[in-house]
Amino acid sequence: MPSINSEEIRRLAELANIGLSDDQVNAYAKEIDQIIGFVEKLGNVDTDSVEPTDQVTGLVDVWRDDEVKPGLDHDALKLNAPQWEDGHFKVRRVL
Amino acid sequence: MSQLKRPIKELVSEVSSGRITAVSLVEQSLSEIDRNKDFHATLEINEDAIKFAQKIDDDVKNGKDVGSLAGIPFIAKDNFLTFGAKTTAGSNILNNFRAPYQSTAIEMLLKEGAILVAKANLDAFGHGSSTENSDFGPTKNPHDASKIPGGSSGGSAAAISLGMAAFSLATDTGGSIRQPAAMCGVVGLKPTYGLVSRYGVVAMGSSFDSIGVIAKTVEDSSLVLEHIAGKDVADGTTIERDEGSYANLSSSLKGQKFGLVKEFVGEGIDPEVKSAIIDVVERIKSQGGDVEEISIPTLDLALACYYVLIPAEISSNLARYDGVRYGHSSKEAKSLNDQFFLSRNEGFGDEAKRRIMIGTYVLSSGYYDAYYKKAQKVRTLLRKEFDGAFKKFDFLIGPTSPIKAWKLGEKSHDPLAMYLTDIDTVSVNLVGSPAISIPLKTDDLPIGLQLVGPQKSENKLLSTAQGLEAIL
Repeated sequence: MPSINSEEIRRLAELANIGLSDDQVNAYAKEIDQIIGFVEKLGNVDTDSVEPTDQVTGLVDVWRDDEVKPGLDHDALKLNAPQWEDGHFKVRRVL
Repeated sequence: MSQLKRPIKELVSEVSSGRITAVSLVEQSLSEIDRNKDFHATLEINEDAIKFAQKIDDDVKNGKDVGSLAGIPFIAKDNFLTFGAKTTAGSNILNNFRAPYQSTAIEMLLKEGAILVAKANLDAFGHGSSTENSDFGPTKNPHDASKIPGGSSGGSAAAISLGMAAFSLATDTGGSIRQPAAMCGVVGLKPTYGLVSRYGVVAMGSSFDSIGVIAKTVEDSSLVLEHIAGKDVADGTTIERDEGSYANLSSSLKGQKFGLVKEFVGEGIDPEVKSAIIDVVERIKSQGGDVEEISIPTLDLALACYYVLIPAEISSNLARYDGVRYGHSSKEAKSLNDQFFLSRNEGFGDEAKRRIMIGTYVLSSGYYDAYYKKAQKVRTLLRKEFDGAFKKFDFLIGPTSPIKAWKLGEKSHDPLAMYLTDIDTVSVNLVGSPAISIPLKTDDLPIGLQLVGPQKSENKLLSTAQGLEAIL
């Protein structure tokens, strides 16, 4: 497996929408390389005939009634919103 | 002695009959919080606590039903959405967040008359084993202030050890209830995955997160579980609770079969912890219990498996923090993309970002099969081995942590060294079992005994835990 270098950290930060500085990139490269190195041992296990586990309690198709219920209170949402206008969250310009 | 050190059952009976007031219990709780503030176990105080206590006392006077936990002050880890105090998850990104609704578990406790007095400190988003990853500063161990209290629920465990409240509500994704309970010398109960609703709890790893209790005794933990367990329409992963009550404990160890897990007492264990566990084994035998050693070979891979799957689930759950709807939003941002990139870098601490990037890596194209899918398969192997072990044994036992509380700062600059301390707890979350940490008597720093049962064995687990508690 390839080692985690600064270039890889930049790619991951971009995918994860995190704007890292160069110093942060270098520090993370070292630490994450070490952690990925630790989990590499999973590769030695024979799992050819093993099914993956997504969940542990075996529940299937959990349904609920489709009822109309009040949504979250706009005043409570407005209190937390960085920018709010006319009942909407406002964002920076896209174009 | 602080009234809050007394059994919950006694306190409820006295409050309900008017012999003591809920207000006096809440005042005592607030005064203990203030007196011990240097341990930094709590974050915000619930500004409505006294008001709620007054209401309970009025209802008692007027002969109204006040609930099964009437007047009992409790503390909630700050990843539970609550009214009356901010919900920060220990992270700057939620520094000013006021929850627009409350979590199901909180609502259920309030309905029974319990009173939320404060929110507890934690490793930000539950990412950590020492509470040093809190963006608001670490919690200190009540037994030695130069040591960590464990984590991520270090504040919740320290608070109970310090007598700040009768119990804490907390979360356990890889040991976050059991390990700090062990390090602070209190009881930590992590129920079966899905037994308690996760609705309104800040998500970490959604296939792992369990809601549970930290308390002084097994009996107190069972009383709390009694009121928070069960299906919730708002959380589709919740399971049916058992028939009957969790609070009817019978505590015989006679004829019970315990498997002492070889991998839990193997390499890397503090000799003092090991000898404490061996001593427990002898005591169980002298009470008529049967103990044999068992090996669960895939446990050697449990940490690697956990530290692939957990960052993957974290990277997905933390994607919602975008600086648009709530949480920190960068003042510097000029474009929408900036708003995401800067807000997330400024708001998340180092560990959250580390885990998001590891998760992004193991889920990314080209690496998904080698890491994420592989770990999911190893999780299956581990589940099969635990199923096999529970055919032979009623319970598995071992230490909750291979080492005692370490010095503040000792591992905080080495993320991998910190991850390795979770070795005895993560497997339980990988298989979805219930487990409880019970404090052993020590002269020095506390040590916890971990008792693990098959899924949905809470009734028997709590009874047996009470039996163990009596002989430790």
